[in-house]
Amino acid sequence: MKLWKTILTAAGLVVATGTSAFAVRTDLVIGITLEPPHLDPTAGAAAAIDEVLYANVFEGLTRIGPNGEVLPDLAESWTVSDDGKVYTFKLHTGVKFHDGTDFNADDVKFSLDRARADNSVNAQKGLFAAIDTVEVADPGTVKITLKNPQSSFLYNMGWGDAVIVAPETADTNKEKPVGTGPFRFQSWAKGSSITLIKSDTYWGAPVSLDKAEFRIVPDAAAAIPALLSGDVQAFPFFPDPDSVAQVKDDPRFKVVIGATEGETILSINNKKPPFDRLQVRQAISFALDRKAIIDGASAGLGVPIGSHMSPANKAYVDLTGLYPHNVERARELLKEAGLENGFKATLKLPPPPYARLGGEIIASQLRDVGIDLQIVPVEWAQWLDQVFTKKDYDLTIVSHTEPNDIDIYSRKDYYFNYDNPTFDKIIADLNLTSDEAKRMTLLGEAQKILADDAVVGFLYELPKAGVWDAKLEGFWENAPIQANDLTKVKWTE
Amino acid sequence: MTTYLLNRLAIAVITLVLASMVVFAVLEIIPGDPARLMLGMNANADQVELLRNQMGLNAPLALRYLHWAGGLLSLDFGRSYTYSVPVIDLVRERVVVSLPLALIALALSTIIAIPVGLFSAGRHGRAGDTIATGAAQLGVAVPNFWFALMLIYLFAVWLRLVPAGGFPGWSAGVWPALKSLVLPAIALALPQAAILARVTRSALIEVLNEDYIRTARAKGLPYRAVLWRHALRNAMIPVLTILGLQFAFLLAGTIIIENVFYLPGLGRLVFQAITQRDLIVVESVVMLLVAAVIAVNLLVDLSYAVVDPRLRSRQ
Repeated sequence: MKLWKTILTAAGLVVATGTSAFAVRTDLVIGITLEPPHLDPTAGAAAAIDEVLYANVFEGLTRIGPNGEVLPDLAESWTVSDDGKVYTFKLHTGVKFHDGTDFNADDVKFSLDRARADNSVNAQKGLFAAIDTVEVADPGTVKITLKNPQSSFLYNMGWGDAVIVAPETADTNKEKPVGTGPFRFQSWAKGSSITLIKSDTYWGAPVSLDKAEFRIVPDAAAAIPALLSGDVQAFPFFPDPDSVAQVKDDPRFKVVIGATEGETILSINNKKPPFDRLQVRQAISFALDRKAIIDGASAGLGVPIGSHMSPANKAYVDLTGLYPHNVERARELLKEAGLENGFKATLKLPPPPYARLGGEIIASQLRDVGIDLQIVPVEWAQWLDQVFTKKDYDLTIVSHTEPNDIDIYSRKDYYFNYDNPTFDKIIADLNLTSDEAKRMTLLGEAQKILADDAVVGFLYELPKAGVWDAKLEGFWENAPIQANDLTKVKWTE
Repeated sequence: MTTYLLNRLAIAVITLVLASMVVFAVLEIIPGDPARLMLGMNANADQVELLRNQMGLNAPLALRYLHWAGGLLSLDFGRSYTYSVPVIDLVRERVVVSLPLALIALALSTIIAIPVGLFSAGRHGRAGDTIATGAAQLGVAVPNFWFALMLIYLFAVWLRLVPAGGFPGWSAGVWPALKSLVLPAIALALPQAAILARVTRSALIEVLNEDYIRTARAKGLPYRAVLWRHALRNAMIPVLTILGLQFAFLLAGTIIIENVFYLPGLGRLVFQAITQRDLIVVESVVMLLVAAVIAVNLLVDLSYAVVDPRLRSRQ
């Protein structure tokens, strides 16, 4: 009997120590390429801010899900008035900010009023332009009245720029972010890493990870050894699609290729001769060989596009056949435009590899039809200044990564210099239409007009290459917005 | 000696003032607007203007220069536009990485270079010299980011002795912090050592041809003693000059190595600040580096006086 007891105790001990030794990991190091300039999603356009904080530390009334769908977040449910102008949000109860203060309707009013105030420097102020008033009905209910119905309103409230912050901490979020999310901010070693830890007071389903460290690895060549040595266990946005091949067949890693909302385009200055003529722009479209560009600039991973819409979007219309690669046709069009001897132009290229690599290929393709491009590499600051603000350019390559942004072609003074009242009318109608079928028709028409006008050279949808440890699951495959939502991420063994 | 020192100090001050003007002017000329960079492509012109006003970017040029330069005099380096924290805090966080790294790399480089230079000069023209000179040539030619990657694959990925990159901070303990600086220090030291070895060798060979060396040999001193006591000391001036230049380079010119090992050093701080047009950070950090280089040069000048007594007595 005594012997039995001893054996059982010993066995029990073995099992106990055994399980604890093999307990599932709960810490994670994620590699990111760019360091956020600060940690307040409501005060800057840098994608790196959302890549660390969106859905992890900060939450909005609604949120965007892994496939671009609108999901309830701090708002448990909502109703919309018949005229589409009044949204009444019912908020979750028992929600606390990480500093211990309670979340309620006053915080929602504060956050939205702050974002749309006259002196606000919210980078996406346009998201709030339709809001007329924000009223607190009771601590758990917010009533938002719009100036006019806006079909994208619920989606807009899911952006990182629309997250809910507390009045006490709003001004210090840049350094010490305080939100309502499942992770709270722990530390930021500048130039090195940002660490989040699990929040014990979270209102929703608890997360599996106890600690998540975002480590800044700026050099694409360093990303592979960082994974191989085990220092970093995941790169949800792998910086260099070419070197993905090095880990593709390695069973220790998962390589997941997904879609983004980044329409990669050859932007054309539509007011600058000779690009103000339709034939010239169409000639450029015929001269482009998308397959060669995708192979060379995105390791063959990009999906071709024929207009400004992601192929993953419900409203997508396939217009890639409108301008097939046809050098003869391009030459004919240039001849019709009186440019049979070709012409010279500049191509300004910002730093990302898709632009620098794609630019070389495009320059050689356009040379085949007689357009002699001089390549001018620029940094982002120069690009924003010269190309985007001053519109001092002929051609440039850039990926427009914001979701559902076909309306940029109707913006006054936008850098494309494109002006088409018919297109503007469609976008204006679209904003007022909530009927799904009608919206699809309008979006289809909008895509068709842009393709017919050959406003820009539509190239491909920027791919998202994610690489992570094979024992991890729960990362987003696609990137409908640029975020690293860690709420479902866990180690499987 | 006093005149020598005062002269050097006066030159240092004038250099600092001129440098501050050049740095400020250059950054004014380069295109790019920090406010637009922060707000991105969806913000309208009015908003950008609003932020420019908040950042104080719309004040006249001369006023902004005086404000900044005046701040520097009272050791106030301003606040970063993007990080919105005092520049001096950013610098402090980075110096604790860059300074030890530069010192370790410099020590390594000296430990390798001086003996190699001595060995090579002592066997001038013979097989040993050819091999050592060839190795030094290779050390200069190998691109340091490639060498760094090879080190990472060998010691971090394969042997797993050290991390592939990153810096845990000194708060994580002296040993883990030092471990993460070992590979970058080697990667930085190798090309520097190669250059230093070549300079040491040629300076020594020149000195070894001097009459006093022949005299020393003739009076029967052993070769080793002549080399160490007479030749090396006289060959030190060019070696010290190169060491001074190398230290200045290692302090801030190591951006490539900092990127490969993702170390939060001064080089990356400046690089990031330039891409984000965080002008105040660039200006203030560059000025601090200018001051550091001037200080190092001053030290090198003083060390000349230590190795060469003639400079001490000269008026």
